[in-house]
Amino acid sequence: MSEERALVAHQFETAAQQRSAATLGMWVFLATEVLFFGGMLMAYTVYRVMDGAAFARASHAQNILLGGINTAVLLTSSLTMALGVHAAQEGRRRRSVLMLSATMVLGALFLGIKAVEYSQKFAEHLVPGVDFRYAGPDAGAAQIYFILYFLLTGFHAIHLTIGIGVLAVIAFSAARGRYTSAYSTPVEVAGLYWHFVDIVWIFLYPLIYLIQVYR
Amino acid sequence: MSAGSTPGTYVRVAGALYLLLALTVACAFIDMGPFNLVVAMTIAVAKAVLVVLFFMHVRSAGGLTRVVACAGAFWLLFMCVLTLTDFLTRN
Repeated sequence: MSEERALVAHQFETAAQQRSAATLGMWVFLATEVLFFGGMLMAYTVYRVMDGAAFARASHAQNILLGGINTAVLLTSSLTMALGVHAAQEGRRRRSVLMLSATMVLGALFLGIKAVEYSQKFAEHLVPGVDFRYAGPDAGAAQIYFILYFLLTGFHAIHLTIGIGVLAVIAFSAARGRYTSAYSTPVEVAGLYWHFVDIVWIFLYPLIYLIQVYR
Repeated sequence: MSAGSTPGTYVRVAGALYLLLALTVACAFIDMGPFNLVVAMTIAVAKAVLVVLFFMHVRSAGGLTRVVACAGAFWLLFMCVLTLTDFLTRN
């Protein structure tokens, strides 16, 4: 009891109250994050409504296979994250560190594949700016598509990079045995953030890659 | 702790997510006109709900967490609906 008591900050009555406060705080932050990405998705929606055909043509420059592989990679990373949180809750240190590390590796793999896609965009002159080259009458709308593509996927990649940094700290603490079956809240809260970043990509993949691919 | 969710549950949820990913790619290759977007977004929402309920433990969370989790989605919905009532009804 005294050991558990020491893990509760003085403003909280119980460990359970402290845990639910931390979880709720992360959910409030994630609600603001929904609207952060929501603003960009709203801009995407409005421009796609204005010129959907141009968006469809521009999206055909995307590699559906690489995007699909990346989606599977992130879904798998969410699985390993959930397993890592579960292991931490049960006080299984080794398994928890292993799963958190796997999650970080999968996150890095996602960023690596994304970097390949970005470099292809640079090689094909599809990066908005002075060197943007696009054949066709709707080059203006296509450039807006690629601006939104880089904004949405770029901010998503930044979020993922932050997530990997957070997991590095959490995995290090887990390896040092900081989390037990009585106290694993930081792992759970980091997991919430990771899963949110996964959800953002779940929406980005069909919106960016899968527009009229049957054409 | 998170009552009810076992590693087996997480693996089954991930399996469902892979199936939905395959389904959304397959549907993208079929010409359904405007319904392609509807199908793609429906599948995306289904995947997000699976992640939120199981991986993010909302299924076993308290009422306050559920309200806040829904709040983000509702604000997004308000923004989309109010903005589109303008852009979809011009001309």
